[in-house]
Amino acid sequence: MLNFSKIKKSLLTAIWFMFLTFPIMVIHINPVEKAVEWRWHNMFLVGAGSFLLSLLWHYLIKKKERCFKDAGACESDTAPFLQRFMNEPRLYKPALSALTVISLSFPFLFSSYQVNIMTTALMYAVLGLGLNIVVGLAGLLDLGYVAFYAVGAYSYALLNHHFGLGFWTVLPVGALLGALFGILLGFPVLRLRGDYLAIVTLGFGEIIRLILENWNEFSFGPSGIANIARPSFFGMQFPLKGATIYIYFLMIALALFTVFVVSRLQNSRIGRAWEALREDEIACQAMGIDKTRTKLSAFALGATWAGMMGVVFAARTTFINPASFTFIESAIILSIVVLGGMGSIPGVIAGAFILILLPEHLRVFSEYRMLIFGAVLIIMMVFRPQGMISMTRRIYRFENVKEGRGIDK
Amino acid sequence: MEYFFGLLLGGLTRGSIYALIALGYTMVYGIIGLINFAHGEIYMIGAFTALIIASVLTIYGFSKIAILILAALVAVIYSSAYGFTIEKIAYKPLRQAPRLSPLISAIGMSIFLQNYVRLAQTSDFLPFPNLIPEFQFMKKYEHIFSSTELMILLTTAVVMIILTLVIKFTKIGIAMRATAQDRDMAVLSGVDVNRIISMTFIIGSSLAAIGGILIASHIGQINFSIGFIAGIKAFTAAVLGGIGSIPGAVLGGFILGWTESFATGYVSSDYEDVFAFALLVLILIFKPEGLLGKSKANKV
Repeated sequence: MLNFSKIKKSLLTAIWFMFLTFPIMVIHINPVEKAVEWRWHNMFLVGAGSFLLSLLWHYLIKKKERCFKDAGACESDTAPFLQRFMNEPRLYKPALSALTVISLSFPFLFSSYQVNIMTTALMYAVLGLGLNIVVGLAGLLDLGYVAFYAVGAYSYALLNHHFGLGFWTVLPVGALLGALFGILLGFPVLRLRGDYLAIVTLGFGEIIRLILENWNEFSFGPSGIANIARPSFFGMQFPLKGATIYIYFLMIALALFTVFVVSRLQNSRIGRAWEALREDEIACQAMGIDKTRTKLSAFALGATWAGMMGVVFAARTTFINPASFTFIESAIILSIVVLGGMGSIPGVIAGAFILILLPEHLRVFSEYRMLIFGAVLIIMMVFRPQGMISMTRRIYRFENVKEGRGIDK
Repeated sequence: MEYFFGLLLGGLTRGSIYALIALGYTMVYGIIGLINFAHGEIYMIGAFTALIIASVLTIYGFSKIAILILAALVAVIYSSAYGFTIEKIAYKPLRQAPRLSPLISAIGMSIFLQNYVRLAQTSDFLPFPNLIPEFQFMKKYEHIFSSTELMILLTTAVVMIILTLVIKFTKIGIAMRATAQDRDMAVLSGVDVNRIISMTFIIGSSLAAIGGILIASHIGQINFSIGFIAGIKAFTAAVLGGIGSIPGAVLGGFILGWTESFATGYVSSDYEDVFAFALLVLILIFKPEGLLGKSKANKV
């Protein structure tokens, strides 16, 4: 397994990376004192790290190639534990009830800081599920997803500021506006192929942010909008601690609602049309699926969730400014979808929890968060494009079939 | 009138830088049909490497010309090395994968590289020394056209001519064009496609590094995120001219440069980036194959 040629190869890789990272990792200029600071320890770290990673990389690539050649060899790997778990009611039912108890009692057991983080994770889970419709199901890479999030957030902030509208009134309005913008953007660009679409949506996201930043009369510019009302409960306002818990439960409800809708959509006529479109556009059109309408509906429905979450975001933080809606946000949501598994609902939820909770709890991590997100995107694409929990198609089986005798009643 | 000429020349300078970066996009796209999202980051790394080397050499008291040549050389070498490595890590394992996969890993690479530079260096804007010497004879025209801008135009022109010659007449250039036309056929004719793809990344990255040094000396400051916007703009230029077409990238760069220059000069400078994006969206809607590109019918 570990022979000399592999070690030599990895050593060469390590030397290459030490060379590659030399100016940026080792040299540091102190502009005030005009002195060079040589950080040789970084070079050593890069060398050792890239040596080990290279060994691992080659091993994994070899393994992947073996699987590619001989599909049967890795069959046990491709049906992971979690999927069998999901298909076995005796196993997942107690787990589900335990989860319910935990999530209901969570805000009463932990501090409001913990509750806040959990709410954030839930919000990202919902955003991930929304983006999952566009990227995972319909296969359209949308890099400007955060624009719709911004639309939702600003619609609540502005309607609340100018007209005093409440959270519950604006929640559907934000969702609708999100969908409207989704169609507005989607209509002209959906003729484009995947990579063009990615960059146009990226540009669109930036346009929205730049407009919010520069159009002071409309959006109050970079200083943002403060004192946005928190959501009320039948006209009742909560104190800060109560509001935190209230928003947490609100998010639980919204997350459940999202899971319900998305899973219904996935198995509906339109959901199957999305998946077909993702696999082969031409074949799909030949089968009589309206390409434009199907793609637009994916865009609009994806954007709806972003708009809705934008309203929740504005209501939760009570302050928004354009800096919250940069490309980084879109990238985080995309990483969640890719890590979890494109098209898979439990995968996306798990991805959101891992990518949001882990950096919060491991403080060492948080500085390297975006670095890791970038690496996650590459590594998942190279080694496990289907994600942690891969999407499973619904399979119809005849349970009562006996060999050679047809259906046994 | 002078204002107009100032904007015209400013747009030309801007446009030639966009063209330099756009060439990398267009060449890679022509060969492997992939938008290399990390290309803007290579440009940023080129500028950073040049800054670091130039600062070190300044501290050790080298002469100005030596600094310019050494910094540019090291930056070009390093950018090419990064381009080469990026292809090996993020794109080569995904040659057979569905189209979405290399695109996502390219975005991952772009995010990774940005944050790598941010963590290893700094997230602040760093002042970039003007490496390009002031020409005496340009003093008269200083108010509308600086020596830096002249240098940018000259360098771009020279680089373009060299590139055109390389692609037209050398063995590598011919192999590149063959690979772009039909990869399988190129393999059958004895072209080492892996080597050609690596070469494309190396050439594209060195052009990006040159662009990075030029624009950094022009603007005078850099930080880790400059690659993002520059990347999108250069991509716009590439699409405008017709992606895959080398003269198209140059034309697209100039058109974009002028659009931005006149729009900021006569309309408003707040929306500088919005004009570029709007142009990109308009082009993609009305003429997705670009000005000089060929439209391809999708066959089953």
